[in-house]
Amino acid sequence: MALLEVRDLHVHYGAVHALQGISLDVEEGQIVTLIGSNGAGKSTTLRAISGLVRPSSGSIKFAGRHLEGVKAHEIVRMGIAQSPEGRGVFANLTVDDNLEIGAYTRTDRAGVLSDKERVLDLFPRLRERLRQLSGTLSGGEQQMLAIARALLARPKLLLLDEPSLGLAPQIVQTIFAIIRDINKQGTTILLIEQNAHMALGAAHMGYVIEVGQIVLHDEARVLAASDEVRKAYLGVG
Amino acid sequence: MSLASYGKPASPAVVAVDALGPFAGVAVLVLLMHFVIGPAVGPYYAKILVDIAISIVLAVSLNVVNGFTGQFSIGHAAFMAVGGYTAAAITYFGTVKIWGGLPLVHADPQGWGLFVVGTVAGALVAGLFGLFVGLPSLRLRGDYLALVTLGFGEIVRVLLMQTGSIPDPKVIAEAPLYTLPLKLGGSLGFGGVPTYTNLFWAWLWAGLTLVIVYRLKASTHGRAFLSVREDEIAAEAMGIPTTSVKVRAFVLSAALAGIAGALFAHELGTTLNPKELGFQKSFEVVIMVVLGGMGSLSGAVLAAAVLTVLPEVLREFSEYRMIVYALILILVMLVRPQGLFGIHEVWELPVVRRLLGGRGPK
Repeated sequence: MALLEVRDLHVHYGAVHALQGISLDVEEGQIVTLIGSNGAGKSTTLRAISGLVRPSSGSIKFAGRHLEGVKAHEIVRMGIAQSPEGRGVFANLTVDDNLEIGAYTRTDRAGVLSDKERVLDLFPRLRERLRQLSGTLSGGEQQMLAIARALLARPKLLLLDEPSLGLAPQIVQTIFAIIRDINKQGTTILLIEQNAHMALGAAHMGYVIEVGQIVLHDEARVLAASDEVRKAYLGVG
Repeated sequence: MSLASYGKPASPAVVAVDALGPFAGVAVLVLLMHFVIGPAVGPYYAKILVDIAISIVLAVSLNVVNGFTGQFSIGHAAFMAVGGYTAAAITYFGTVKIWGGLPLVHADPQGWGLFVVGTVAGALVAGLFGLFVGLPSLRLRGDYLALVTLGFGEIVRVLLMQTGSIPDPKVIAEAPLYTLPLKLGGSLGFGGVPTYTNLFWAWLWAGLTLVIVYRLKASTHGRAFLSVREDEIAAEAMGIPTTSVKVRAFVLSAALAGIAGALFAHELGTTLNPKELGFQKSFEVVIMVVLGGMGSLSGAVLAAAVLTVLPEVLREFSEYRMIVYALILILVMLVRPQGLFGIHEVWELPVVRRLLGGRGPK
């Protein structure tokens, strides 16, 4: 049984049928990526899983428990944390405060402190800027902070919404290397990306979404080699 | 937690000083006010100092909602009224029931005890009203809260106007307790409330309010308040129950306003009157918070002090003083639209940090 099982998920925004029956599995220990173009429904899928939008039908099961109708803040306690679209760092608070808020659901103070050390080892740039207001960080540093903050909830499943968005290629490389490190340390990851090349390079499994439907899914390296994906998303051929 | 102690456990002595230091500071301030400053400046300035303390409690407490959680409440005077009338009812009717005759200040531990009970009860009842108002309205977006609090303020004012006149002491002594809350003086106000509020009590509560709210700002709960202001969806995604956080902030804010009301009710030279605690009073407090900077405690304290003193200073200009008052406000808002200190504390401003020894931002 997969850690996360999404079955026939539908989401409506008023009259707009944004998700039209999405099904996907995220196996424990893997990086699974959901790729697709703007407006395909990637972020909506993630928002449905994390409880920020309510699905109109379908099921989402995490570690055997149903998530539909569970409030977003309770889902965090169940073990799913996210780096939201557009990063959503708390701009007027310091980097350290942001990290502390990431650990809001936890009461094991010693565990939080050691996790903070671990996360700051992953992102040394943040250690230098702990007391800086996070709004003054560069885009790449804010993305790092958003991921670091989510990790402090000590999630079983980490949701990443377009971590490459608006960042210089070199920073994207750095961030993806860290994402692989996080996964090697034992966190399962669902990665939403427009940058199919980077995402398929990092992931074990890949899903391709178009206008609210999954059109392809396979092992990431198979997808990266397939003609369809190469034409549509990798700009080859 | 502060970065100085980051990663290593602080020694028990440091923890004790951190925990008790602010309270010792409050004790020193209160004793200084009561025994040194009060006698030195005379009754006129002492009253202004009491007014400042009450304004500080009001501005700092409204800041918890408007500054920390970024909601917009404009009915703060109503919670002040609820707290004030509750406390006044307890001291007034309580004095008659306990000691008989007209209510006077009982300058003995029992009298002070009754005042403390009244103040705490005022805070609790105001907090309860905060819960009733906040629970339904804080599920909605910010602007609805403004409307609901505005309406609530008017309802409280009108209801207080409709209460019956205060009975004679003889009647009070006989009357069953549950009939008394309906006899709070109506539109004439609750006259004859014993005048317990002095520099000691006013600054004690102002000091405690400051310590509580400052501590809160630096705590896990306080950070949750701030995260709601910064980005509500991201806060929810971090596991923060945003609606419940907003309600908690609202209840705390209302309870502290209740304390300010209790102090106001027992102050010499003020009458507890529904007209005094209407929309205009609410707005004065909003102006203090906006002027000081939403989210800045030091800003709220400074603005509370300045805006309490300003009308007194401008008294010579008599009828022009409200115009001058308004002009000063407009000028400040033109020069610093984010308020005096923005969302920061005065010691966090770059200018001040440089003055304090070059610990400016890197």
